[in-house]
This record gives sequence, C-alpha cells and structure tokens, in this order.
Amino acid sequence: MSNAHPIPFRAILRHVLLIAGAALMLAPFIWMISTASKPQTEVFSSELHLIPHQFALVENLREAFAKANLLRFLLNGVIVTVSIFVLQVMVALPAAYALAKLRFLGRETLFALVLFGILIPPQATAIPVFLLLHKIGLLDSYAALVLPFTISVFGIFLMRQFFKTVPDDLVDAARMDGISEFGIVWRVMLPAAIPAVTAFGIFSVVAHWNDYFWPLIVLNSEQLRTPPLAVAHFRNNEAGTSYGPLMAAAMVIIAPLVIAFLFAQRRFIEGITLTGIK
Amino acid sequence: MTIDAAIGPTGAARRALPAHRTRRTYSAYALVTPAAALMLVMLLGPLAGVIALSFTDYQLGAPHFSWIGLANYQDLFADKVFWTALRNTLTYVVIVVPGAVIAGLAIALLIQSGTSLRSLYRTIYFLPVMATLIAMAVVWEFMLHPQFGLVNGLLRGAGLPAFAWLQDRNTALYALCAIGIWQAVGFNMVLFLAGLVSIPKQLYEAAEIDGASSGWARFCLVTWPMLGPVTTFVVVISGIRSFQVFDTVHVLTKGGPSKSTEVLIHTMYTEGFEFFRSGYAAAITVVFLVFVLALTLIKSRLADRGVHYT
Repeated sequence: MSNAHPIPFRAILRHVLLIAGAALMLAPFIWMISTASKPQTEVFSSELHLIPHQFALVENLREAFAKANLLRFLLNGVIVTVSIFVLQVMVALPAAYALAKLRFLGRETLFALVLFGILIPPQATAIPVFLLLHKIGLLDSYAALVLPFTISVFGIFLMRQFFKTVPDDLVDAARMDGISEFGIVWRVMLPAAIPAVTAFGIFSVVAHWNDYFWPLIVLNSEQLRTPPLAVAHFRNNEAGTSYGPLMAAAMVIIAPLVIAFLFAQRRFIEGITLTGIK
Repeated sequence: MTIDAAIGPTGAARRALPAHRTRRTYSAYALVTPAAALMLVMLLGPLAGVIALSFTDYQLGAPHFSWIGLANYQDLFADKVFWTALRNTLTYVVIVVPGAVIAGLAIALLIQSGTSLRSLYRTIYFLPVMATLIAMAVVWEFMLHPQFGLVNGLLRGAGLPAFAWLQDRNTALYALCAIGIWQAVGFNMVLFLAGLVSIPKQLYEAAEIDGASSGWARFCLVTWPMLGPVTTFVVVISGIRSFQVFDTVHVLTKGGPSKSTEVLIHTMYTEGFEFFRSGYAAAITVVFLVFVLALTLIKSRLADRGVHYT
C-alpha cells in the first residue's frame, strides 16, 4: 500500500508517536535497570543520568539476595502457581467434558452456576474463605495459597466451549474402543484441548504469580512469601533508602514472567486475550 | 440447548439403551463432583457467607456474635472514611477507564495502520501487563521520589515545579491513576487489535469507493462502528478492574496522606484483615459487589446479544 510513496509522512508520524509512547511504557523498566546498576552515591545524586558512571549491578544483586531470600521466594512462586494450575486442570477438565458431552440431570443448573461464578470478583469471597481456612487451621501454609484457587469456573467455561467443538464421533469412537469416560477425558479430550489448556495456563500463571491480595491476607511466615509479597516486604523492612538493591530485587521478581513473555510473546498475548476476557 | 433436547433421544430410545446411559450418567456425576463441591465451598458458599456476615457483628477471635440487621450498613454510611473511599474509588475509575481505553485504542490504531514493527510495538506496550504490579509499583515510587526521582528531575530540567507526588494529598490519587493507566493500556490495546483484525477488508474498500478517502473518514465510517462492541466490552472490563484497585494503594500510600487515596478494597482489607471486624468488612464487600455486579451485568447483557453459551 505504502510502496507508492517512498518515505510517506504518515509512516514517519506513526513511528514517532509509537516510539514516544513506547518510551513512556518502557521508562519504569529502563529506570529500574539503571538504578539497579548504580552505586548508592549515584542513586542519590540529583543529577539524572541513565548509564551509571560506575557499574554496581552485581553488588546490588548480591545485597538483594543477601537481605532477602529471593531464591526461596521465587521457588515459592513456582510451587504455588504450578500447583494451582495443575489442580485447576484436574478439577475443571472432567467437569468441562461432562458439561460439553454428557447428559445428566442438573447439567443446566451447574452450567448456570459456572456462568454466575465468573461474575464473582476474587475479593468478594476473601473474608469467608479466610474464616474457613482459619477455622480448619490452614492459614499461613501453601494450602492456604493454593486451595481457594483450585476451582476455576472460568477454566471450566473456557474448556467446555472448546470441547463443544470436538466432534462427537471422536468421543463415540473412543467409547467403541472400550475407553471409560474418565479415560476419554485424559486420553482423548486433554490432547485435543492442548491449545485451550495452554492459553488457560498462561492466564492462570500470570494471574497467580502476580497476585498480591490473597498471599498478603493468608501469610505470616517469611519462608512462604510469594514474589510480590517479597518485594513489598523488602521495600518496607529491608530497603530503607537502599534503592539500588530494591530495584535489583524488583528485577529478579519480574524476570521469570517477563523473560518467558519475551520469548513467546505471541502465545502469551493470545493466551491472555482468549482467557482474560472475563 | 433447545436444539440438543430436540434431537436428543426420545423416551423410547432411552429405554432401549439403559445400561450405557446409566453408566454414563454415573460417570458424569463422578466427573463434575469435585468441581461442583469446590464451587460450593470456595465460591458460592463464601458469597452467601459474605452477605450473611454483613448482617452480624462477628469479629475474628470474639467468642460470640449476633445478628444485628442493617447496623453495619448504618455505621458504614455514617462513616466519613467509607464515603471518602467510595469517592476515591469512583474518581480512580473515572480517570483510569477513559485514559486506558482511549490510549489503548489510539495505540492499536497506530500499530495497525502500518505494516512495520507491529509485533515489536505490541510487545513493548504489553510488557507492563506481564510485569508484577507490586514490583513495578516500587519502581514507580522511586521514579516519583521528590528529590531523586526521574519525574521531578525531568520537570526541573524543563523549568517546571516539582511535586512530592505520593506524599501530597493533592497529587497522590492522580499518581496512582497514572500507574493504573500505564499498567492497563497494553491489555486494552490487545483487545482493540483483536477487534481491528476482525473487521473485513472489503468494508474499507467499499468505503473508499463511496468516497471516504481520508483516514479519518474511514475511521468514522467503518472502524469506529465496527469496534463498537469491543469498545463497550473494553470499557466495562476496565471499569471492573479499576474498581478492584488495591495493590498500588497498599504498597505505596496505605490510603494516605490523610485518606486521599483510601479506596474500597483497601478499607475492606484494613477492617477485615487488620482489625478483624469481619462483619463490618463484609458490609463493605457487599457494597463493592453491588458496583462490580452492576458493571458485569451490563457486560453480559451486551455479550449475550451476540453470543449464546450453548
């Protein structure tokens, strides 16, 4: 389309505007990396400079890791997000299959409840779920972080929609081969639903890795902290005025998801859009 | 659903294959039971619970509690902090939603209007959606630092007055709004991009034939009307998300200075999980729920016009 005009003014304008916006979006990331690379004296100079005169990234990272058990917190993040996702799939997939392909009394009611459940924001149930966990003595544990999210009505909805598109013949053929309904869920439907499960997985991991509200409520112990809590505590208790190490810690906490995103951005964006619509 | 039922087995057919059917029905119940049970315990029960709790004076650790009817709501509506929190939340929503929607749309249009560097721009603008908000909030706090922050540094360089953004009650809420917009723009952009891609090319060709030669005319004639449903959807989704603002408030300002950034979920958090006044916090949650459900119902009304989930 633009081949006709050698250097169209509009194309230049487009890039100028987009680059200006991109600079705004990237500014916090760049400033974070810049500050994390500066020694204390340079952080506290009122003269602004992006590139440190003296590189202190390694020192700042070392201090961040020394002041806070960042590896442990990252590991907690992995344990919690992976457990949540695996359990969500184990609970949602069979239900989604039954809702999509089987006939039973109460199916419509259950599906209506699933749709209703999607409307409920997570903060709405926080107090009763907290009281429940308190009552059964599960507060301040991995279970407290994972259990409330084992049910994802959105996951059920998403996978049911996907299963609806799987041909009934495939299911019938599996039945002919003598595969049980349970077998069909895991050996026929799961492989067919990998794209939907992946999309849901990205959504689930991003949401729970970044979640601050719920871990803040149920955790006390330092060794259970998830990455967002770790940054918040670092800021409140350890950092004081040492912004270099604090920015280094922030870098470490956002790194896993951001790096994964940069490597597979198309997948991530599709996954989030497909499932983030709720 | 009606179609399923219409072509489903008749009574006679059902009697003909009883063994299959019954076995399959049992399997169906076995398959949905874990999900149904967890839904009751973690979602529907707690939802009923929060409403019930809002009519009690329950405090965590107290030996007894009693039903006090609407007393929590009366206290709430008489509490200045509640009204401040509600007003701040609404201010936040009213600033962040248009900001994030208009910027998201503008960026999507700019990215889509050319062919070069599309995926690079898309990646950059989406980056804040991926980055842990708490970590980035800490970065923003440093950028907004009164003496050593980037923002004031740039303002001073331009000869403009500097502010103690997060420590000043006249600017703190707006600073949080800016962070909120920064974080939400990329998400909206992606939704708009998806909407733009689905507009049939022929419509633009037709518009051109009809004399809509300028980009603006094509936008008014084709893009904007075709994006209508996506736009409504993005507005409502942004509204619901903005209503839930908590992370930045809790880490950066704790609702201060002098309650200028107190928002509903933060009040609920302090009452419920710092003072353990569960009943009172439940009443705040119910108010929050009413607002969010109202927005969600508008959304599902709009979604249901085009899509039927059967």
